[in-house]
Amino acid sequence: MSNAVSALQGASFDGYCKVEEAGLTGMIALRGDLSSAGVANAVKAVTGAAMPGQGEVTEGAKGRVGWMSPDELLLIVDHAEAPGIVEAATKSLGDAHSLVVNVSDARAVYRVKGAACREVIAKLTPADTSVMQPGMLRRTRIAQIPAAFYLEDDETAVLVCFRSVAQYAFDLLKDAAQPGGEIFK
Amino acid sequence: MSTRLAQGGRLIDRSKPKNFTFNGKRMKGYEGDTLAAALLGEDQMLMGRSFKYHRPRGVVASGAEEPNALVNLGQGERFEPNQRVTTTELFDGLTCTSQNHWPSLEFDVGVVNNYAARFLPAGFYYKTFMAPAAAWKHLFEPVIRKSAGLGQVPTEADADRYEHYYHHTDVVIIGGGVAGLASALAAGRSGAKVLVMEQTHHWGGRAAVDGGEIDGQSVDAWIDATLAELSAMENVTLRTRMMGSGVYDHGYVLGYERVADHTPGDGRPRHRLWRIRTKQIVTATGAIERPLSFAGNDIPGVMLASAVRDYVVNWGVSIGDRTVVVTNNDDGYRTALVLKEAGLEVPVVLDARAEATGPLAEAARAAGIRVEPGRAIAKVHGGKRVTGVSVCLQAGEGSALEEIPCDAVAMSGGWSPVVHMWSHCGGKLIWDEAQAHFRPDPNRAPTSHDGEAFVVTAGTASGAMSQADTLEDAYAAGKAAAKAAGGKAVRKAGPKAEAEEAQPMAPVWIMPQGAGPQKRMKMWLDYQNDVKVSDVQLAAREGYESVEHTKRYTTLGMATDQGKLSNINGLAVLSDALDQEIPTTGTTTFRPPYTPISFGAIAGEARHEIFQPIRRTPMHQWHEEAGAYMEPVGHWRRPYCYAKPGETNEQAVHREVLNTRERLGLLDASTLGKLIVKGPDAGKFMDMMYTNMMSNLAVGKCRYGLMCTENGFLSDDGVVARIDEDTWLCHTTSGGADRIHAWMEEWLQTEWWDWKVYVANVTEQLAQVAVVGPNARKVLEKLGGMDVSKETLPFMQWADGKIGDFDARVYRISFSGELSYEIAVPASQGRAFWDALLEAGEEFGVMPYGTECLHIMRAEKGFIMIGDETDGTVIPQDLGLNWAISKKKEDFLGKRAQERSHMTDPERWKLVGLETLDGSVLPDGAYAVGEGNNVHGQRNMIGRVTSTYYSPTLKKGIAMGLIKHGPDRMGEVVDFPTVDGSNTVIKARICDPVFYDKDGEKQNV
Repeated sequence: MSNAVSALQGASFDGYCKVEEAGLTGMIALRGDLSSAGVANAVKAVTGAAMPGQGEVTEGAKGRVGWMSPDELLLIVDHAEAPGIVEAATKSLGDAHSLVVNVSDARAVYRVKGAACREVIAKLTPADTSVMQPGMLRRTRIAQIPAAFYLEDDETAVLVCFRSVAQYAFDLLKDAAQPGGEIFK
Repeated sequence: MSTRLAQGGRLIDRSKPKNFTFNGKRMKGYEGDTLAAALLGEDQMLMGRSFKYHRPRGVVASGAEEPNALVNLGQGERFEPNQRVTTTELFDGLTCTSQNHWPSLEFDVGVVNNYAARFLPAGFYYKTFMAPAAAWKHLFEPVIRKSAGLGQVPTEADADRYEHYYHHTDVVIIGGGVAGLASALAAGRSGAKVLVMEQTHHWGGRAAVDGGEIDGQSVDAWIDATLAELSAMENVTLRTRMMGSGVYDHGYVLGYERVADHTPGDGRPRHRLWRIRTKQIVTATGAIERPLSFAGNDIPGVMLASAVRDYVVNWGVSIGDRTVVVTNNDDGYRTALVLKEAGLEVPVVLDARAEATGPLAEAARAAGIRVEPGRAIAKVHGGKRVTGVSVCLQAGEGSALEEIPCDAVAMSGGWSPVVHMWSHCGGKLIWDEAQAHFRPDPNRAPTSHDGEAFVVTAGTASGAMSQADTLEDAYAAGKAAAKAAGGKAVRKAGPKAEAEEAQPMAPVWIMPQGAGPQKRMKMWLDYQNDVKVSDVQLAAREGYESVEHTKRYTTLGMATDQGKLSNINGLAVLSDALDQEIPTTGTTTFRPPYTPISFGAIAGEARHEIFQPIRRTPMHQWHEEAGAYMEPVGHWRRPYCYAKPGETNEQAVHREVLNTRERLGLLDASTLGKLIVKGPDAGKFMDMMYTNMMSNLAVGKCRYGLMCTENGFLSDDGVVARIDEDTWLCHTTSGGADRIHAWMEEWLQTEWWDWKVYVANVTEQLAQVAVVGPNARKVLEKLGGMDVSKETLPFMQWADGKIGDFDARVYRISFSGELSYEIAVPASQGRAFWDALLEAGEEFGVMPYGTECLHIMRAEKGFIMIGDETDGTVIPQDLGLNWAISKKKEDFLGKRAQERSHMTDPERWKLVGLETLDGSVLPDGAYAVGEGNNVHGQRNMIGRVTSTYYSPTLKKGIAMGLIKHGPDRMGEVVDFPTVDGSNTVIKARICDPVFYDKDGEKQNV
């Protein structure tokens, strides 16, 4: 859809970490029995990723899968393909009690890049960022809003929040990454 | 005179001078100076005035305990009052002014209070200002505000930025003196994750001032070596300029880091508040020296003995040429020796003990210093500066034996461990007879969730008084904390110092012990608040027994130093007056913060545009660019109206109403809550959540529904759409989305956990636009795509499809009474969709409208609004919504509550329409009055206005209200007295609440 834009349309800021809005990202909320083969199969089929354990995010050829709660997963996929994946996953789950819903546009996604990405986020979240490693996902808050984050690699944190507070989240991250705010040099 | 010595000063760099001003006077100090050291180096002993009597005040201490020397620091947007000079680092260009005096520091008319001191005793405020009440406001308060008070209030916004930082660790060590460093060595060697914080900018605390050796090295060399070892440990974090502010439950600690106080304007955050979660806490907070209570102990030039020594050794500053030392313990002799070594004169050491036999006393004698045991200060001479002392017997009543001229007095009344951090979370104290101080009781530590201790004290903070004991205790504390936090066992030995012999100290609470009333009136306990020995004794005579009450009555310990110097002396005097043991009296409560921390640090990043989150719809920017007047709806900002140039908001609202009714209006309805409810049991669940039947709603259709709390009160409303066999979509109010989502989850997770239902909040996934007015269909047909005709998409149905190029779900629902489509598109397409509608709608007279227009149109139609017609006490039956309450359903949330007698009471106020006889607009919230008065003598009320507007459509005021027996009183006139002072009564006729198109013909076309 050519008219589609993300909340901040790729806004970025160069601080002692680089903060950039990731642009349109496909996201799907999947609720169901996470211990069932049906869910694992559906997830594998649409993303190629294995089922994540508690606090984990897995990666497949077509997307990532994050553990959000004992009965909820977050599928991170291509934005344009999200509606098709919702359909495919719903079909794959068949009669099993489940809910698959496109939430791509309900979210804003940021990348915080730099050696100090954990430190920048730790100015805003009470979660322990120092123990975070790629493959882990943490639902938490940043300042006054809910958020979740994971690491793509040791120097790239991906942070997800609601779309309506995209500007607030960006301004928070910008403030936290301002040069001069380095805690450990 | 105080002055800078030619040599010395272990913390300063004489090659780096720093210029600053005090009360406009240019002065010079050096890098490494505190502001106190720099001022003293320039002979600026007088730094302020006391709170009550405006007596001259100079610096007493050298650290965080300083009660007197506060200044207004900085200028303009960096101005801050009450800054403690002993904890302010000097920097180039610093400006400061003294406080609490008028017209000048040197000449203060307020000092007249001093001569009236006997009329201003303890409890003066309470006794004098009892009555009459008016006198307080008009006489006492203005006078007291002028004469009492400290710094000035800043007038400009703070230029600096602040931030928080969340830190997680195993062991936090508060205090970076030798004890803290020894603890850090032990904890660090265990492999535990350790954070060490030191409030000053240098490590090692006071140990280097006192000299001696650790592990065979000088103290300074040991500190350097230890820091090198600690810095090399990856698991140890060292922070200076960071104070332990408070210890809280479950290992939560606040660290107050003063990042850039000494480098203002360099772009760094000024303060950073560390919000720390730790398993164990070591408090290595040291001890504070106690003053002695003798007459004139507040005259500038009388200082703590340790502070006098600190200024010489750390900053190369002497307080005076001739310093009399007065002590009740061995430590005071260290000051005498340091002064002597610096080439200064010590005419005498007055030792209140009957004999002076300790090694330090012997060393003083050997250095040629006159030592006088059993002697005390009868009186200090001088006004703004010490000129001499009268010497007397400590055992006597104060007859002067000798006059000794001097320009400084160094006093030592013994040491009290800093127990604040230990006590914040409930650590208990024991009274140590030998040292005459309260110290932490290791058997009654603060405990965490598991009942285990999570705070341990180290070194002097434990009550260890010698270097050897301090190091041993601190290393053991570090080991213990690390072990409790899961670290490995540490076998390596800790640092050691030679054991020292010492003569026991003697508690001295009044000097001389038999001093009479005249002398006691001149013995200061709390310097800043002017609380004297006589005040505490008076409080005791007047019946104050509790130390907490005495504190508040006398203001002892209520100054900005929070009693760091006055606490123990004050309660010792109180105990004596009450004729009881000191432990029986006890202490006041130690509460965080240890010293005041800035509001900026507490607020952190939450200022300016990130003060709080603002929620924005995908069309928000368009609204702002269109000049919309925005109003808060929860955290959302929604357009109230879009005033055009030259138009008032009211005119704009009226235009928007008429345009929507006559042509075409667009409303950004994206904030509307949208919850998806899905599952085999979803129908059953929907029937419980809503008062009306939702399970039988046909796929493709919409139904308006009400939600009540379990107590029957109306909580939320909105249109529900049946999406498929298993799925419903619930619209909630804008402010209610998160609340209703949580409400649904709560029932599903706690009560109906076995029902197969999932709920998802998709509010923000969708941008929603209400396309409203007679031309609504035309604009959609122009954009093309799906069939939106009356036949294919009748009123109260929905369909998926394309509008133009957009993925749309179109609802035929109307909150305005007009032909109306609410169209949801993915939020990413929302702005483009809005733009497309505006462009295509131009020929049809399209105008966006705001929330006020929405309100008026719904009021014209008699539609209720959650929050206007409801306030948490209103049930659907009050609003005539019985048609939306199922009688067939066995149960729904609120059903049983609505059957209670009070809920079915025919006397409940019920919704009606109201039209004023003169066409005017009723005031919002106006009350209708009935006959007679209630039991309180107030006029009886029979109803109130819930919504009231000027209707541009009907050209008159319209309102809705809840009126007693309202629906039975159609056509009757009720009185609404005004409260604007005009004493008028507005008369309104009770009518049907639907003012416009009662049959709904306009919306159903």
